[in-house]
Amino acid sequence: MATKKMALIATKGTLDMAYPPFILASTAAALGWEVQIFFTFYGLQLLRTSLDGIKISPLANPAMPMPVPMPVMVQMLPGMESMATMMMKNKMKSKGVASLQELRDICLEADVKFVACQMTVDLFEFETSEFIKDVEYGGAATFMKFAGESDVCLFI
Amino acid sequence: MDFNKEFDASGLACPLPIVKTKKALADMTSGQVLRVISTDPGSVCDMAAFAEQTGNALLEQASENSKFVFYLKKA
Repeated sequence: MATKKMALIATKGTLDMAYPPFILASTAAALGWEVQIFFTFYGLQLLRTSLDGIKISPLANPAMPMPVPMPVMVQMLPGMESMATMMMKNKMKSKGVASLQELRDICLEADVKFVACQMTVDLFEFETSEFIKDVEYGGAATFMKFAGESDVCLFI
Repeated sequence: MDFNKEFDASGLACPLPIVKTKKALADMTSGQVLRVISTDPGSVCDMAAFAEQTGNALLEQASENSKFVFYLKKA
């Protein structure tokens, strides 16, 4: 049986949206799949050495369950984003959900290939020294080469 | 059922039971049996899918006291 392949595009940099690419990639790798993730736009934040800056905001996210109803005017107050992030992380920990760092490490250990979009790295004037070292830099053609051979291809 | 190794995934949520089961199998030899314990109800479907896709046979599964127990035979 030929090795199955999965190509992901990670475009989001919030805590909730950071999970799907790392969960799917680590699981596919555990199933013996070859996986590549192309990080572009805000997804590039998931390649930073420290993931501590990845946050979640209740703002403009009416579907996010809150312990108490919170008017938008209150959600806008300084510190609310950090508080929501802290609460979400505590909740995740209590439910046995892996940290982003742990999932990313599992991906790297399982040889999931990380490709950073060079165009958006330049656009946001990121330095490659801000990212983990296990990253390749490329463009759409690099992604298409692998995506064209993949069995599953998702834009997240 | 006899087993060669046990991995307790109690308290862990998706995808850790599967990802860590894969790791637990890594240092075992073909034909050996791994016993996995999980508290994640999703792992019932996940473990079957894992077994099917990796060729490690799911010999038996049971639930006891809100825990799920799986016996996997390494391919």
